Amino acid sequence: MRVFSLVLTNLGRHRLRALMGSAGIAFGVAAMLTILAIVTGAIGMFQQILSTDSHYLVFERNVSDLFFSSVTRAQVASIRAQPGVREAHAVLFGIVSSPGHPVITCFGIDASDPRLRRATWLEGQPADFGRKPGAVYLGARAAAFLGAHAGEAIVIGRGDFLVGGVFRTENGFEDGGVFLPLAEAQDYFHRGDAASVVAVKLSDESGGPAFKAALESAAPGLVALENREFSSSYNSFKILNFTAWAVGICAFALGGLGVANTMLFSVFTRIREIAVLRVCGFSTRQVALLIFSEAAALAAAGVVAGLVLGFGLLQVLVHVPQFQGYVQATVRPVVLVGIVVTAFVTAVTGAIFPARFAARIQPAEALRYE
Amino acid sequence: MSESLAIIAEAREVSKSYDGGRIAVLRGASLRVQAGEMVALWGASGSGKSTFLHLLGGLDLPDAGTITVCGLDPQLEANRLELRRRHLGFVFQLHNLIPDLTVEENIRVPALAVGLGTAVTATRVRQLAASVGLTHRLGHRIQDLSGGERQRTALCRALMNSPRLLLADEPTGSLDEQTGESVFRLLQELARRDGIAVVLATHERRFASACDRQLRIRDGVLTEN
Repeated sequence: MRVFSLVLTNLGRHRLRALMGSAGIAFGVAAMLTILAIVTGAIGMFQQILSTDSHYLVFERNVSDLFFSSVTRAQVASIRAQPGVREAHAVLFGIVSSPGHPVITCFGIDASDPRLRRATWLEGQPADFGRKPGAVYLGARAAAFLGAHAGEAIVIGRGDFLVGGVFRTENGFEDGGVFLPLAEAQDYFHRGDAASVVAVKLSDESGGPAFKAALESAAPGLVALENREFSSSYNSFKILNFTAWAVGICAFALGGLGVANTMLFSVFTRIREIAVLRVCGFSTRQVALLIFSEAAALAAAGVVAGLVLGFGLLQVLVHVPQFQGYVQATVRPVVLVGIVVTAFVTAVTGAIFPARFAARIQPAEALRYE
Repeated sequence: MSESLAIIAEAREVSKSYDGGRIAVLRGASLRVQAGEMVALWGASGSGKSTFLHLLGGLDLPDAGTITVCGLDPQLEANRLELRRRHLGFVFQLHNLIPDLTVEENIRVPALAVGLGTAVTATRVRQLAASVGLTHRLGHRIQDLSGGERQRTALCRALMNSPRLLLADEPTGSLDEQTGESVFRLLQELARRDGIAVVLATHERRFASACDRQLRIRDGVLTEN
């Protein structure tokens, strides 16, 4: 017999309780995995949308969300006129609905927008974009979940639109979106001549700081951020990340309490037995290690179950149209390692008090009472 | 072997009380146990026999007096661990085996504490089981054993790390007369064969009188018969 078999034997005595302790960790792992996959997926895709073929993003200073940002046509023209600017594409973001699909992201873009050139057109022609009044263009996934094809009419919000084309993009978020010519989108969302952001491509990337300084001096109400700068400073990303970690940590905290409860019960029910181990030569450290090992074994089982559950859930979510490509079914190894480490740290932390209690059991006192 | 080396355990003027000194269990008890000697601590229930064994084994600390076991002072934590691991074996009235482990696994527990090698442990377990007639029961769980078999298992566990002093606290107390007799004989035989000193706490006169020496505890005072 090795210590490990003693650990398994101890856990096997109260299988249901051990299972519950392990389930707490499993749910923590699954929750963390799913939330992080959704959040990092959404952030990654949003970043990709914004950074399409550009170096800088220009938007209204101090807005809490890009949906509320306004960059006027005059400001867009001024940006285009800045020295060193090769291209500047205005994008308006909005949310539209369709029967059965309450939230669909809508992109108002120019006909010259690079994403139209890079997309694979499944139906219709890129040259048609903006030329047919009252036409919307659908990402491939949006077309699939709306069951729409080019030439057919669909209901968007309170209006009927003709589907002008369907195209597939590299970005799942865009693929689940509806595209309108910028002017029509501005009209639809009552935004006057404003866009949400302007994606700027410079002739020479090294001229970035000069462009930024010149722009912010000419238009103090706007801010220009490099794509990576934007990712780290954008409030919505920060809130999303913070929320993901907060929810994940809460889930793990509950898991840790489950482990603490299981281990405490386990220790209380074998006080006499632990006293016998001490009599047989186990040191306080060995007794504590035994308890920590039991907690780690619970965590190991919980991690395996949680990963299976989490990845299973992600596979399901990936195919749910409402998620519009928000979900990344693949999780970066560093995130996985982080989740596994958090699970073990939580379980071991939950076992601190039970282990301390067990290590402090006085053999004579414990053996004296039946 | 010199006389000093032959002394396995020595207690001098040991006193112990509980409840803030209101219940005096031992008063100035002294004892010297030599290698291979079987000493009986005889007395009524609650007379302080178990307490004295616990003090000798370092499971509890005396209020006054000194104790030396195998040259070590059990009042020091480091010594207590060393004593329990290498020099002492305990047998209790209620065997105190781990119910979900097999006989073999229970016997191995002290080897786990000292990290004894698997092969050495296996050999030692087989030897011990054979010497108490438990070879056929090694794979059985504790709940499948009779009272006598359980106590024999506990005896094997106590002897696993080849102790020099065996502290047996009423090992026959929960057994019927015949089974108790057989366990006592086994204890006596193993102790003599391996030269282990035994301090046996018992309330049964017949077992006390079969030991090399008898010490009676009454009102916390230890007297040699």
